[in-house]
Amino acid sequence: MQWLSSHRSGLEKKADAVVPQVGICTLFEVFSATASDGSGSAFALSMLPKRAGPLFWVQDSLSAKEAGRPYLPGLKTDQPLIHITLSRAADVLWAMEEALGCAALGAVIGELWGAPPSLDFTATRRLAMRAEASNLPCWLIRHAATPDLSAARSRWRVISLPSKTHPHDAQAPGNPRWKVDLFRSRQTPPGTWVATHDRAADRISFSAAFRDGAVAEADAPAGQRAAG
Amino acid sequence: MHRQGNAPPDEVAVVLATEGPHGPVIHATNRAARLAGIAEGARVVDMRAICPDLQVEYADIQADRRALERLMLWSRRWCPWTVTDGANGLILDTTGSDHLWGGEAAMLVEMETRLSLLGVSARLAVAPTWGAAWALARYGAVRAICAEGGVDAALAALPVAGLRLDGDTLLLLQRLGLKTIGALAAVPRLSLARRFVQSPLPANPLLRLDQASGNLPEPVASQDAPVRMRAEARLAEPILDPTHFLPGLCDDLCAQMGRFGFGCRQLKLTVYHTDGEVSAVELVIAAASRDARHLHSLFKGKLDQINPGFGFDLITLDAGMVERLGTVQTRLDRTAEDDVRLPQLMDRLTARLGQKAISQPQLQASHVPERAESGTVTAPITTPPPPQERPIRLLAPAEEIRVLYAVPEGPPAQFIWRRQTHRVARYQGPERIAPEWWKDRPGTRLRDYFKIEDQAGRRFWLYREGLHEDGRGGDPRWFVHGIFA
Repeated sequence: MQWLSSHRSGLEKKADAVVPQVGICTLFEVFSATASDGSGSAFALSMLPKRAGPLFWVQDSLSAKEAGRPYLPGLKTDQPLIHITLSRAADVLWAMEEALGCAALGAVIGELWGAPPSLDFTATRRLAMRAEASNLPCWLIRHAATPDLSAARSRWRVISLPSKTHPHDAQAPGNPRWKVDLFRSRQTPPGTWVATHDRAADRISFSAAFRDGAVAEADAPAGQRAAG
Repeated sequence: MHRQGNAPPDEVAVVLATEGPHGPVIHATNRAARLAGIAEGARVVDMRAICPDLQVEYADIQADRRALERLMLWSRRWCPWTVTDGANGLILDTTGSDHLWGGEAAMLVEMETRLSLLGVSARLAVAPTWGAAWALARYGAVRAICAEGGVDAALAALPVAGLRLDGDTLLLLQRLGLKTIGALAAVPRLSLARRFVQSPLPANPLLRLDQASGNLPEPVASQDAPVRMRAEARLAEPILDPTHFLPGLCDDLCAQMGRFGFGCRQLKLTVYHTDGEVSAVELVIAAASRDARHLHSLFKGKLDQINPGFGFDLITLDAGMVERLGTVQTRLDRTAEDDVRLPQLMDRLTARLGQKAISQPQLQASHVPERAESGTVTAPITTPPPPQERPIRLLAPAEEIRVLYAVPEGPPAQFIWRRQTHRVARYQGPERIAPEWWKDRPGTRLRDYFKIEDQAGRRFWLYREGLHEDGRGGDPRWFVHGIFA
């Protein structure tokens, strides 16, 4: 992984935790805290390997309504986007499965609202095996759902944290930070990290979550803005 | 050409009109209109004055041209080489094929009968050259036949308009007093050559005369008919479900296309019912293909549209939009290519989910966020992404919020969205986006966008629509438009 090597070279000195790996292409699952929290999809996007193929994004209509649709000008990617909105969760899973057979794609991202009955262990297992067979990263973004039985090879919970300070503007939000919780994984021991996404370089760096509290304190928002 | 498909009665004056620079212009007339004195090329309003109960329909010139091309292919029943001639003519090279129809006169009668059965009135002539046949068909006797060597005599009495000349040249010849082709041919050749040496072919009577008399060759360049790929299954007994025949039909069709090196971009499955009904299922494919398995998979779930009725006994599978498709080797090792390619994936998705569900957004040059991407697939234009930061998710439509602010023009201090109160911890902005006056309705208000981070760290894109007392409605309203990473 590209980010992994860069991360190891530069920032690893202070991070004492094991850095999560998503080296192989398989099914990943990410749970967002609320629908109004864009951290889940942003985290999934930032973890995608750099490829030339189009980004294949399937949503069910409730996710599109509640959490919005992917917005190409904000994605900061050169990959073309194929966006599909469907009303039934079963169709979303079918479309993802079909897409996972096409190695010309760059990545497959699916978004589901709640826990539809069609998203059972078998469905996720099919997705995982197809993704591994065709060597495509596949992210399943779950809104308003609790982690139930799933065959995803690594499962994450992502919550927004107050962003880093903006280098030029003290009262503006800077690079986004997320609390990422890897609670089930095949490759890496689970753990919790604070991930910072460098927007300009499109690079994500992990540090241990609130190791001593000082980091968290220093980067916290500068209090309630004075009225006026 | 009547809208209902049946021809208008002969006694009603009907004209076809096209749009001219100063209103509609008459393009074609029927016999009753011609007798009423209506001229082609005149304006419809003027002709209405002559004939108040004139019926006017708009001409569909493209469809006429396509119909003429179909008629040209159809007329290959009489001879192998046919071409269209202008907007309303056909040239058939009947050399050596007239004896099959019992001579030229009998052939013309046969042609006229066949064409009138199609509802087409035709004026026919046989002549050794293209130009002579053109003149005789339009200005000569009914079913005129001109033998080899008799061209000059046959054309002599015809008006010079029979020489396919343009309007200015005809006017010039009329002023010179040259009314018939015979009179023109009697003028010394040297004088004509001197007068028209600079003129292009449509304005050059000498060249046209040579073409008509055969001194200047004008061959018939007949084009091959487009290939027609079709597989069919004729059944001994009527059946109700075509599913079992579909793989065989696809194999057959793809074998046909493979033999000639073609691929198709449209498929049409037609079933012919025993009671005479015909129903069809059509598919459009993203890229030309002759992969039988892929084509077959596109019909999955589509066959339910067919109402079997009393059953059907003929199934055909037609390939449309046939184009050349070479055989491509993509790998050097001798493994088969078993992965699905992108056009095939799009075909499958479109076949099952419909065209509307799938969008391939492209960046557009617009500051207004909802117009900065378009859902339609257009030619790849490299529009740079906006330099300012944009959210990764956009709410469509934007959702209205209730806002508490300290300064009317400033950022909010707190807002209520979806019944939840968000305190503003940090903000960035405003970024003012003015309405696009060339697209928006008058009275559209400007927007001031803020990037907001709330107390929990969630980042939103809010905007205030309008300003206080900008004269475009009441107090400005606030909306959430997007969600940042």
